[in-house]
Amino acid sequence: MPDDGTVLTTTGSLAGAEVLPVCGRDLVVARDGRRLVDSANLALDQPGVTALMGPNGAGKSLLLRLLAGLIAPDQGAVTWAGTVPDRMRASRVGLVFHRPVMLRRTGLANVAFALKVAGIPRAQRHDRALEALASGGLEHLAASPARVLSGGEQQRLALVRALAPEPQALLLDEPTANLDPVSTLAIEELIVRSAKTGMRILLVTHDPAQAQRLADRIAFMHAGQVEAPVSADTFFNDPASARARAFIAGRLVL
Amino acid sequence: MDDLSGAFAQAFRLIVGFDPDLLEIVVLSLQVSLSAVILAGLIGLPAGAAVSVTRFPGRAVVIAVMNAMMGLPPVVAGLAVYLMLSRAGPLGDWGLLYTPSAMVIAQTVLVAPIIAALTRQAIEDLHGDYDEQLRAFGIGRSGMIATLLWEARVGLFTVLLAGFGRAVSEVGAVIMVGGNIDHVTRVMTTAIALETSKGALDLALGLGIVLLVIVLGVNALAGLLRMGVAGRAHA
Repeated sequence: MPDDGTVLTTTGSLAGAEVLPVCGRDLVVARDGRRLVDSANLALDQPGVTALMGPNGAGKSLLLRLLAGLIAPDQGAVTWAGTVPDRMRASRVGLVFHRPVMLRRTGLANVAFALKVAGIPRAQRHDRALEALASGGLEHLAASPARVLSGGEQQRLALVRALAPEPQALLLDEPTANLDPVSTLAIEELIVRSAKTGMRILLVTHDPAQAQRLADRIAFMHAGQVEAPVSADTFFNDPASARARAFIAGRLVL
Repeated sequence: MDDLSGAFAQAFRLIVGFDPDLLEIVVLSLQVSLSAVILAGLIGLPAGAAVSVTRFPGRAVVIAVMNAMMGLPPVVAGLAVYLMLSRAGPLGDWGLLYTPSAMVIAQTVLVAPIIAALTRQAIEDLHGDYDEQLRAFGIGRSGMIATLLWEARVGLFTVLLAGFGRAVSEVGAVIMVGGNIDHVTRVMTTAIALETSKGALDLALGLGIVLLVIVLGVNALAGLLRMGVAGRAHA
């Protein structure tokens, strides 16, 4: 447990938990007697990018789904601004998956759909969707059917779509895992720009170079357990655990 | 042999000349079966989609029953609707027996399970891909169902076409609840059966050709749509 006072204590109480957009404490998910997520604590307690790193199978994506409210933990609790996640507030927590899921409609209509579900009045949706596309440099895809776009374009569109309702927090599950360098760069630029506006971003990645480029803090996850987030400098130069050290050196096997 | 070729020639004259009797029967057939498919779609599309996105006890049984109902024999559907609508039946007061409305109900009973079962299959595949993304948007159950129905629209249109093909070509249900009354409840299938038994092959053949063209056309359209979907499946 960290001693800087901003993260969780062992009792699970957290200073200001009610104002944190996304907070998970003492989370446990067990399947067939194995704890896939094991007493995990993670809160987006500061603006900027928190990277969640760890080897394949560490439980990173599962933890992200817990924080997104998509699955319920067996033990522990996730809170959004102090209360249990509910779908009425889902637009405050944006989510981008490893593989983008595009609706069978145009790029613009995909963004407008997210705005509609977020409760944005019909009269504003078109203009706001166009603005969101423009902010991601995707104006030219407004009229294109989203499903025939390239993988990189689809993922950029997925990110723009998640950002359009102006969420307080953004959860990204390996958003650039399948992308070429150009698309990766475009995605990373959008992430950095969003972080600068004060958005709280959780980035699941197992790419140390990406974490170094983007992350303000890094939380290391292994075998369902999450180490307390530390600054990126500390993580790479003076990792807290032997496992984290082995992971950075490319020597960790699950 | 001369009889037969003469009957074919007469049948073509009836079709090409838009014979009023033939036309009346074709129009009533299309009215009844289109109405039945619209009603069956209003029931079957949301019902099938609801089953595919919901988990509840006994769901496997419901799906098995839905799938089994696809093979419902038309005469049994006709019998069930007859019992409901007959004077002593629970809906006897409506006075619908031997009217086109009764035929619409019978074909709806026949087709709704087909549409529901095929919709359930189509939406279930899609649901696996879309579920997390749609819930991440914050969508509720009814919004999920509506969105998935719209996303599956091309495939579901072929389901409706299949339902229409089934409705327009069945004879057992409509003859039981419609009664094949001339100018009232006589549709293509019942007229073909009657005219053939009377030996009036020209009208039977004419109607048979029209029915064949409709059913083949509907199936060809469904096939083309499916190929179009398959062609874009990589997208």
